Amino acid sequence: MKKSLSWSETIISAVIKTCGYSAIVFVLLIFIFLLREGVPTLAEVSLGNLFSTRWYPIESHFGILPLITGSIIVTLGAMLIAIPFGIGTAVFLSEIAPRWLREILKPLVELLGGLPSVVLGFLGILILSPFLRNIFNLPTGLTALAGALLLGGIAVPTIVSIAEDALDAVPQSYRDAALAIGATKWQTIWRVTLPAARSGVLTALMLGIGRTIGETIAVMMVTGNAPVMAVKLSSIISPVRTMTATIAAEMGEVANGSPYYHVLFFIGLVLFLISLIVNIIASSMVFQSKSRAERILS
Amino acid sequence: MKARTLLDRFMIQRLGISLISLVAFLTIVPIIAVFAYIIGKGAPAISWQFLTAMPESGMRAGGILPAIVGTFYLTIGTAIFSVPLGIAAAIYLAEYASENRLTRLIRIAIINLAGIPSVVYGLFGLGLFVLFLKFGTSILAASLTLSIMTLPVIISASEEALRAVPQAFRTVSISLGGTRWQTIRKIILPQALPGIITGVILGLERAAGETAPILFTGAAFFLPHLPNSPLDATMALPYHLFVISTQVPGMPIQIQYGTALVLIIFVLGMNLIATIIRSRARAKRQW
Amino acid sequence: MDKIVIEHLNLRYPNGTESLKDINLKIPANAISVLFGPAGGGKSSLLRCLNRLNDLTEVETLTGRIFLNGENILDPQTDVIDLRRRVGMVFARPVVLPISIRQNMTYSLELANEKRKSRLDEAVERGLKLAALWDEVKDRLDDPAIALSGGQQQRLCLARALANQPEVILLDEPTSGLDPISTGKVETALQELKKDYTVVLVPHSVQQAARTADHAFFFLQGELVEAAAGTELFTHPQKKQTEDYIQGRFG
Repeated sequence: MKKSLSWSETIISAVIKTCGYSAIVFVLLIFIFLLREGVPTLAEVSLGNLFSTRWYPIESHFGILPLITGSIIVTLGAMLIAIPFGIGTAVFLSEIAPRWLREILKPLVELLGGLPSVVLGFLGILILSPFLRNIFNLPTGLTALAGALLLGGIAVPTIVSIAEDALDAVPQSYRDAALAIGATKWQTIWRVTLPAARSGVLTALMLGIGRTIGETIAVMMVTGNAPVMAVKLSSIISPVRTMTATIAAEMGEVANGSPYYHVLFFIGLVLFLISLIVNIIASSMVFQSKSRAERILS
Repeated sequence: MKARTLLDRFMIQRLGISLISLVAFLTIVPIIAVFAYIIGKGAPAISWQFLTAMPESGMRAGGILPAIVGTFYLTIGTAIFSVPLGIAAAIYLAEYASENRLTRLIRIAIINLAGIPSVVYGLFGLGLFVLFLKFGTSILAASLTLSIMTLPVIISASEEALRAVPQAFRTVSISLGGTRWQTIRKIILPQALPGIITGVILGLERAAGETAPILFTGAAFFLPHLPNSPLDATMALPYHLFVISTQVPGMPIQIQYGTALVLIIFVLGMNLIATIIRSRARAKRQW
Repeated sequence: MDKIVIEHLNLRYPNGTESLKDINLKIPANAISVLFGPAGGGKSSLLRCLNRLNDLTEVETLTGRIFLNGENILDPQTDVIDLRRRVGMVFARPVVLPISIRQNMTYSLELANEKRKSRLDEAVERGLKLAALWDEVKDRLDDPAIALSGGQQQRLCLARALANQPEVILLDEPTSGLDPISTGKVETALQELKKDYTVVLVPHSVQQAARTADHAFFFLQGELVEAAAGTELFTHPQKKQTEDYIQGRFG
């Protein structure tokens, strides 16, 4: 008996294998291109300039610190909103709401997650920012707060969807056991069910954070256009500029190959590395908490 | 602070549940309001003319046909590149790869692709497709950029669909003299297809709504005619909405809401199709 | 005449279960050979070696030779696809493919690129008759196979394995989930089959072994303890372990 593995089988397997590796290829490709266009910045712009607090490219001030603080304040704000609202809603849907209500509301929340962010930015401009302006008596409603609220709204559906799935997956026997020893429903949720769903909830949070960091267009539309250092408490109700909005807003008017061009790619490189680090931390957290749980349960 | 009496514990529970319900309410009501608002304000603008006519007076009147057509072309273009590649990669992960370090690396790469900010994809697309490969600002460059962005979604959904098919089918097929590819082609892929299609549609839906990746790679604001070739730039609904709501003075509010509504219908329509496919497949399943 | 000859077969899985230690045996043609013994004895592993289905699992060591018609099927040059067409298998739980009854039957022929409708129809009828299922399904061949009862599904799996006219049929506890009537039908079918095929059966009980065996092999923890012609082994076992197991002193 001789081997008769046909030609087509070998070729198809090779093609599939190549496609399998494509993800790695693309990540490397993106990294390389960002490096290629971003690294010349270090030769063209002094470090002192790059890390100064002034972003005014027309006069060759390329300080990216204001942009970084802008991103941080908006992301933090978004997380402060999205985490309690996201987990709270997930808990409500999974543990408190009656089944029929959950069947209606969960798809509704997921529907919001499917909305293009430009639509949310659009509503932000027309409704949210005038509202904030009136409430806080501000010169303009296009502020970090508007961005944080919008980003929070974008992250919440992701968090709710995945966290609710995780909570739903906790075996009913856990809850029954807790109730049987005299815990109230409330105590059961916070001391038994939520800890049991910990790895899924953490995944939900990390994915929500990921969406927040990566969001461009909605923030660009509502956070105003002020690359100032956002480090005071009042910064939250002032206009700021995030890194993502900077690239999106200014790339169109930049001369190819100029230092300005390279700086924008450099900012892109920084964003790429930030998301890389966040993702690696997130994956290792999920793997860790999973094996911890397995050890406890076995 | 321990609740010592039964009354205390139930008080805490009542407060807690009320609080959580309030939180959920505050989350859900704005969602409903968002949809109601856009539908309410946008519906009056929708007419056959709006959907099929070219824009006039600098976008302030007329229709948004080129934007609709452009988004349609971009979605198709994204599908052409990302669907075969994504499904093949998923087949590799589900059927061929063993769980070793290299496979771990592939999965990390996929997670990373999913997390990259959309504007960074735009930069990458600009650097590679528009400039280096000299495709220029075109449907081709924008589609390629969107494809790489959509890849992780398609791979994840397809891999899950493939893994859901019972292992026993593979064993039976092999024992009857089937090769790995024959098993995949004749049994696994057909059974996983509904799940794969659902994932593909959800991925394409996301691509259709994105603005940042097409900003520097393919989108244009004012084009006098519809695109003729993949190397033409194009208008697109998300970008169009962005520009008319931020950069055009005197833009009638109705047109803005109308454009937003059309975009939502496009995107959520795809969502609806995906959901229908998923539930019909579940009903017809033979395992 | 010996259909299958096994020489010094050693098999070990990474987790140490279901291994085989220096197995030597001969399986005669056109008879029912029964591999029986308590769980973990290696019987299923041995079956999976006979059609190289163990290629699908991670194996730590596999040495020895298995001759089918005089050729060593453990040789790396072996055409395993062709081997699996010649050695068919029925598993413990009935696994019908998620297609129609007819398509289940023609699946193996389609794998071999057989397209002629006459051949396909002929195989469908022949296989289903051999498995004593033809009369029950001949009017609904295009119905989904999943609609059949458990016993019918298992007989379909047997028919499916017979569709390509293999030389050897391997059955791994084929009646473990079935009611006595379905079990009886399968055992009757096996008696018919042995006229033209070589049958290797792992029974799910000692009683089934005693009912069906022309040749019996007793396995204990990976070793072949005793082998003899069917009734001999059950009425006059030579080794104490064999006798203890048959008497039900352990199980």
